[in-house]
Amino acid sequence: MEKEQFYYDNKIVKMFFIATVVWGIVGMLVGLMVAFLFNFPNYMEGISWLSFGRLRPLHTNAVIFAFVGNGFFVGMYYSMQRLLKTRMFSDALSKIHFWGWQLIIVAAAITLPLGLTSSKEYAELEWPIDIAITLIWVVMGINMIGTMIKRRQRHIYVAIWFYIATFVTIAVLHIFNNLELPVSAFKSYSVYAGVQDAMVQWWYGHNAVAFFLTTPMLGLMYYYVPKAANRPVYSYRLSIIHFWTLIFIYIWAGPHHLLYTALPEWAQNLGTVFSIMLIFPSWGGMINGLLTLRGAWDKVREDPILKFFVVAITGYGMSTFEGPMLSFKNLNAIGHYTDWIVGHVHIGTLAWNGFIIAGMLYWLAKKLWKTELYSTKLANLHFWIGTLGILFYALPLYVAGFTQAAMWKQFNPDGTLVYGNFLETVTQILPMYAMRAFGGTLYFIGFSIMAYNLVKTAKMGSTVEDELAEAVPLKKIGAGRIAGEHWHSWLERRTVLFTILSTVAIIIGGAVEIVPLLVVDSNIPTITSVKPYTPLELEGRDIYIREGCNNCHSQMIRPFRSEVERYGEYSKAGEFVYDHPFLWGSKRTGPDVHRIGGKYNDNWHFNHMLDPRLTSPGSIMPQYPWIIKNDLDISNTVNKVNGMIKLGVPYTQMELDKAVYLLKNQAAQIEKNLRQDPEFVKNYGDANIQDKEIVALIAYLQRLGTDIKAGTAEN
Amino acid sequence: MSILFMTIAVSLFIAIIFFIIFIRSVKSGQYDDLYSPSVRMLFDDELVKDETKEKTN
Repeated sequence: MEKEQFYYDNKIVKMFFIATVVWGIVGMLVGLMVAFLFNFPNYMEGISWLSFGRLRPLHTNAVIFAFVGNGFFVGMYYSMQRLLKTRMFSDALSKIHFWGWQLIIVAAAITLPLGLTSSKEYAELEWPIDIAITLIWVVMGINMIGTMIKRRQRHIYVAIWFYIATFVTIAVLHIFNNLELPVSAFKSYSVYAGVQDAMVQWWYGHNAVAFFLTTPMLGLMYYYVPKAANRPVYSYRLSIIHFWTLIFIYIWAGPHHLLYTALPEWAQNLGTVFSIMLIFPSWGGMINGLLTLRGAWDKVREDPILKFFVVAITGYGMSTFEGPMLSFKNLNAIGHYTDWIVGHVHIGTLAWNGFIIAGMLYWLAKKLWKTELYSTKLANLHFWIGTLGILFYALPLYVAGFTQAAMWKQFNPDGTLVYGNFLETVTQILPMYAMRAFGGTLYFIGFSIMAYNLVKTAKMGSTVEDELAEAVPLKKIGAGRIAGEHWHSWLERRTVLFTILSTVAIIIGGAVEIVPLLVVDSNIPTITSVKPYTPLELEGRDIYIREGCNNCHSQMIRPFRSEVERYGEYSKAGEFVYDHPFLWGSKRTGPDVHRIGGKYNDNWHFNHMLDPRLTSPGSIMPQYPWIIKNDLDISNTVNKVNGMIKLGVPYTQMELDKAVYLLKNQAAQIEKNLRQDPEFVKNYGDANIQDKEIVALIAYLQRLGTDIKAGTAEN
Repeated sequence: MSILFMTIAVSLFIAIIFFIIFIRSVKSGQYDDLYSPSVRMLFDDELVKDETKEKTN
């Protein structure tokens, strides 16, 4: 057959290219701001939208979905066209995908600092943005599948398989984890409660790592490493095995985020077993990537791009070794809630994701602008500064994690805790936090050098927006059924139809599963003394969510002697049945707060929010003066209680009708408590504290974990 | 913990979808040749712009 000529769309690649660099700088800058808050908790004093609890989700969302997301799209739009020997299916869809995704990022950058969050990690964005993400993701999927249909190359290269898995799995997980009931334009409650919500969240959360930070990057690795080294992947067969085993195992690993929690034991063990199995495909892939450079190590010495790839793949190997190890329950008991996890994650993100994208951007800059790099020296400088940055980032955090975990568990011979004051274990690791911030700064400087280098490179070169190429078209097979052909064989040839039908099957199956769940009682052991939150506590809980308290405080006491001694009775699944969403947290920068109710008086909490250092000298918690200044918004209280009723929380009709009255009553009582302190009366004598947000927050904190105590008292 | 059945069911659905795609790709001969694709991808097919040629697309 005669060769056809066609044009590759380089413009869309360039657009995503620029977005990746820009959002990379923004996301890492926010990360740096967050890192410095550990050592200088007051440097953004009193600015609510720059407080830690709001910036941390902004950092994670920006680097995951904006930086790595756009990085994936750059690599995908460039490589897919060339591997399939065709232009993308639709220029319009490509553009909608680009602008839609950037708008979503801007929406995230506005709403997260405003405190509009669902509190679920890496899924913090509120419901309108969730819907937008779904739509844009589908647009991307249609574009990808359409491109595959009009391909001129029968064989689908392994990188594309990784792209497809990313699309399918993220779509399903995103939908199921973000099922939520809106109560206003930017506020919703998760349809799941407590331990169920935790399970869905970490099923999603781990797969966000697996299918947003790993599979797309592996796709990039399988395309750009061979391209940059100009030699085929070490074993194509191994890459196929890598792909299929990885996607089948990854999806079961989520429960390793919930070891020793109130999640049923068998589910925890399931997560552990699959997590350990994951080391095989992961290391198969790492070895395959590194061995692609066999016999080309002399090139690695010359070429900064290959250097980036070597460190990236090594980082992939390191974090996928550490992951399974941390899934062992005995190691998890030490590492969980500490900075070890933060170090572990950043080996994966800074080394693996950051460096594979950096290497790819350098390589693509040469192709897109038809020129050599502006400066190989600067690229080398970026490489070394970045690598040092990674080491300075991760190593101190490993030390910090071990140190703190050891201190948490240290007992005196008489059975009391050696470090009974949690704060001692925090001040001990402050030097490590400082070194981490230094490492992050190095990495950021390296990235900025790259941005400069790329801009200069682009200015040097010339741009070809539509690149001419030629290839032989595939032989057409008719659309209809061939005589005697089985209907399934025919269906199998109809890629689009097949995909649509499969998706419909998934959705129907999912709906059939999920609808009864929302109606039928769950088999979590109920505790009769556990009651729904009062309207004021509910409002307080929403402030807790808005301020992102769960970023630093867990609400899940594990059944260890050291934790029961420090915090109180361990947490039971039945205590969380009305928690939409769950707020277990995943990191203890501060102490667990599940049993904080009744531990201190109201005045302590008031002063602690005003300035944590008044009650706890040396604390690194930010101040929350605005919670004391702001009036509590009660315009939506009835809606919120009503929403909870719809989700199955047993409020009475009276509680719904009189929600505001009940709220004001309880608030007045808390103000009365506060006024028992003469200091308070002196400073806030005339203030109407009962109308302020702080009262709701105090009500919620004082309620936390007390229901079980009430039960014991009654018995 | 009925939610576990939901997550397992959805995970299984995804797994089954991938399994079907896997079987289908093996049957359609995607993996018959496990060497040349790795070499083929190394070749660029971009043409240096040649104005004398007729555009067909």
